[in-house]
Amino acid sequence: MSDLLLSIADDELILGWRDSEWTGIAPFLEEDVAFSSIAQNEVGHARALYELAARELGTTADGLAFDRAPAEYRCAPLVELRLVPDWARTIARHVLYETADEVRIAELKAGADTELSGLAAKIDREEAYHRIHARMWAERLAGEPRFEEALDELWPYALGVLPAELRPHLAEKLGRPLVDAVERGEHTEQLEPLWEEMTMVRRSVPGAAW
Amino acid sequence: MIWEVFRQERKGQAFQHAGALSAPDRTFAEEYAREFYGRRAESQALWVVPREAILEVGDFVDELKRNYHRVDGYPLKEKLKEARARAAVSAGEGNQ
Repeated sequence: MSDLLLSIADDELILGWRDSEWTGIAPFLEEDVAFSSIAQNEVGHARALYELAARELGTTADGLAFDRAPAEYRCAPLVELRLVPDWARTIARHVLYETADEVRIAELKAGADTELSGLAAKIDREEAYHRIHARMWAERLAGEPRFEEALDELWPYALGVLPAELRPHLAEKLGRPLVDAVERGEHTEQLEPLWEEMTMVRRSVPGAAW
Repeated sequence: MIWEVFRQERKGQAFQHAGALSAPDRTFAEEYAREFYGRRAESQALWVVPREAILEVGDFVDELKRNYHRVDGYPLKEKLKEARARAAVSAGEGNQ
């Protein structure tokens, strides 16, 4: 159980971090605020999931978020990619991730663990707005070569967000073929610099309470 | 494209102008209006209106100073001053 929780929480934390890299430099002011707010939500979801996992593992949410080595994170390669300043690829990832996340959350909501299914339902109510945001951009950019190329490029990564049994559902939702996924487990070389920056303050004074 | 946003704080209250935002179409305008004027439970409803849909009327002429039909009332200060001046003049005339 904690394995599953951690992979989802790590996805949300790392994606939240990546999305927040647009704060201040998004294509226009309104989008800057909207996208930053999505980033903030993702980090909030990560925290709630870490708290659940932390109880099971006898640690804290901060401990899980910041005290592990990069290799111990379970996030999918899709969320690790640093896409700034490419908005077309950022939106392609956003659309792919939110769709995959929808499939995953639906599964959790239907699960037997009431605490987890309750949390999944809460998260889903916020994610619904992320999906609206992703869809409006997808419709706007549909047919734009840079966006379509980015979707093709990132599709194998998107499949890697989900366990194998849920992938056909994602492929069907997006009308894309089942291809070899970029699997969770191996990290891209872009995770380590992110981790350095993300954990810098925490590592500067080990054990400090903030 | 610029959209003007009006915000209703509580049910039954009048919508008040909250600000403006830039968005390419209605879908984006809705998304950004939610984000800017609704996310912190500060509104219970929004009106999001394309700026060009607003008919602005101004420049009201009142050449003859018919101030008795103004909504801010009938200013008496000037009239009283004039009346006092007239009364002083006629009182002076009476003394002669």
